[in-house]
Amino acid sequence: MAVGLWKWIDTRMPTLGAEWRKHAAEYYAPKNFNFWYFFGSLALLVLVVQIVSGIFLTMNYKPDANLAFGSVEYIMRDVPGGWIIRYIHSTGASAFFIVVYLHMFRALLYGSHKEPRELVWIFGMLIYLTLMGEAFFGYLLPWGQMSYWGAQVIVNLFGAVPFIGPDLALWIRGDYVISDATLNRFFALHVIALPLVLLGLVVAHLLALHDVGSNNPDGVDAKKLKGPDGHYLDAIPFHPYYTVKDLVGAVVFLAIFCFVMFFTPEMGGYFLEANNFIPADPLKTPPHIAPVWYFTPYYSILRAVPPLFHSQFPGVVAMGVAVVIFFFLPWLDRSPVKSIRYRGPNFKTALALFVVVFLILGYLGTEPTTVWGQFTFDAFFLDTRDIATWVARLCTIVYFLFFFLMPWYTARDKVKPVPQRVTYHA
Amino acid sequence: MKHLLLALLVAPLVALAAEEGYRLDPSPNDVRDIVSLQAGARTYVNYCLGCHGMHFMRYSSLRALDLTDAQIEDNLMFTAEKIGAPIENGFPAKAAKAWFGVAPPDLSVVARSRGADWLYTYLRTFYRDPKSATGWNNAVFPNVAMPHALWTLQGQRRLETVPVEEGGHHAVQYRWVQLTPGTQSAAEYDATVRDLVNFLVYAGEPAAVHRRPIGIVVLFVLGVLFIFAYLLKKEYWKDVK
Repeated sequence: MAVGLWKWIDTRMPTLGAEWRKHAAEYYAPKNFNFWYFFGSLALLVLVVQIVSGIFLTMNYKPDANLAFGSVEYIMRDVPGGWIIRYIHSTGASAFFIVVYLHMFRALLYGSHKEPRELVWIFGMLIYLTLMGEAFFGYLLPWGQMSYWGAQVIVNLFGAVPFIGPDLALWIRGDYVISDATLNRFFALHVIALPLVLLGLVVAHLLALHDVGSNNPDGVDAKKLKGPDGHYLDAIPFHPYYTVKDLVGAVVFLAIFCFVMFFTPEMGGYFLEANNFIPADPLKTPPHIAPVWYFTPYYSILRAVPPLFHSQFPGVVAMGVAVVIFFFLPWLDRSPVKSIRYRGPNFKTALALFVVVFLILGYLGTEPTTVWGQFTFDAFFLDTRDIATWVARLCTIVYFLFFFLMPWYTARDKVKPVPQRVTYHA
Repeated sequence: MKHLLLALLVAPLVALAAEEGYRLDPSPNDVRDIVSLQAGARTYVNYCLGCHGMHFMRYSSLRALDLTDAQIEDNLMFTAEKIGAPIENGFPAKAAKAWFGVAPPDLSVVARSRGADWLYTYLRTFYRDPKSATGWNNAVFPNVAMPHALWTLQGQRRLETVPVEEGGHHAVQYRWVQLTPGTQSAAEYDATVRDLVNFLVYAGEPAAVHRRPIGIVVLFVLGVLFIFAYLLKKEYWKDVK
């Protein structure tokens, strides 16, 4: 029956079968994928989860400054199963960034951004940028204090651009302050504009990947060698091998996801902030405004850069560069080898330092700059005595040195010889 | 590599900001305790609802506290005609603002923005202060506009602060002096506040009561699914050499 149906479809639309073979059944992937290779399929899973839960939220949410906060509480209380849908979506937002950050880190570990996968990397970065926009627009929708003031802070960043800044900020808000007009347009961008872009980019990311083939933890070409039977020695069809393997990863991921969702949906204030349970009040600025955790490394960089001529613009530029510089990674990295397994001490040290400063910046961004107290001494160069600000400045310098010095330290690295075949132990 | 991942996941959780000021007492409330929730609801409608509504809660949602419609209507429903109506107060916001300087906030989700510990401590640290407009002040929320709504239960107290030197740091020691007794002993009053906070926590997230049991079932199902998924993967991968 199923076979007959498939035959019927296949004779009328052979494209379907051809695409299935191209991207799954006959897409040969290296057989030595490890733990880090789960996050690509998991990102796709989270995307689907967010779209589906988002559709159901949209059915009950009201994008209106007077009704938005209440409609979220209505979803949490009166809509049957509403709280599950809402927690799926709020947990999914953070999960998306966790998965994407780990996916990007995997690329850094094994050189997945390097030739010939530069386009895969660029599409991935575009996805990351779009995701940041998607998260930012979505965060305004519950219309709590953090939604409101977080949006205020971010939109004001555009206001710091010389000459056109104030007009630009006005154009983004559609009003002189964050208001109902802003909420409505952010809703439109969040539920349709950016998801469409996101889906298109994900397709481009996958098509680009499948044209050049997947990298692997050894960074060697897994499709170089064929056995006497004509099969690749080191590559296996994605389906069924990686579909069943990724299924295991998906179940483990969902278990962690559900644990958070059902037992600690606020995640100690990191996934859902306490202040966002206070309705937005344009007249009351919260004493401490912090973005959600996934933006905090960049927020720290923004705060770390001192203003110039009373303008925050240098900080805004630094923050922008901190994100955009990832695009250039394939050309900054001059190492002859891809994988960290065969790289030398230079890159290993640099990457370890980068991870440490990224985490420190991320932590500091969630806290007020006074979190680590003040220096007790005074000096002419101390524009602020907040210890945390100085630590953030140091980390910001290390962050940028990781990229700016990369052509130099990767080219001089003592790399190890790369094997002919992938390392795999059954 | 695995350690790195662990560090990546745990790092944000380790970070806890040190709050200054009066140290919060941990709230002993438990949203699974139905009797405590019922007592808290009673305290709420008798002592809080006069000023603070719970706009997002309906009276009918109190059915989840093992109460019948008749029990809710007869004992708890002072401000509405129909059981499906929201728990609102009859206090005009404008008048409230004129009297207290600020309209009493809606308390539907106050436990989510303030936290149970804050509420539990706040409601137990009112003291007499002749300098304030209402004659009351609070150790957790200095110069709060709200007078002590539960003072008949707790009685009147005075707060004395003694500056102390603690390992080179300046600190303040708080000493409470009972001026007049309340109708409840200190322990009874703590229990009343615990129940009230428990109810506020429940009202902040009614789903909290059933999300944990559902979560256990979901995790169990995923656990079983994991076994099958893992065996399936093993079966397929045994011919990968």
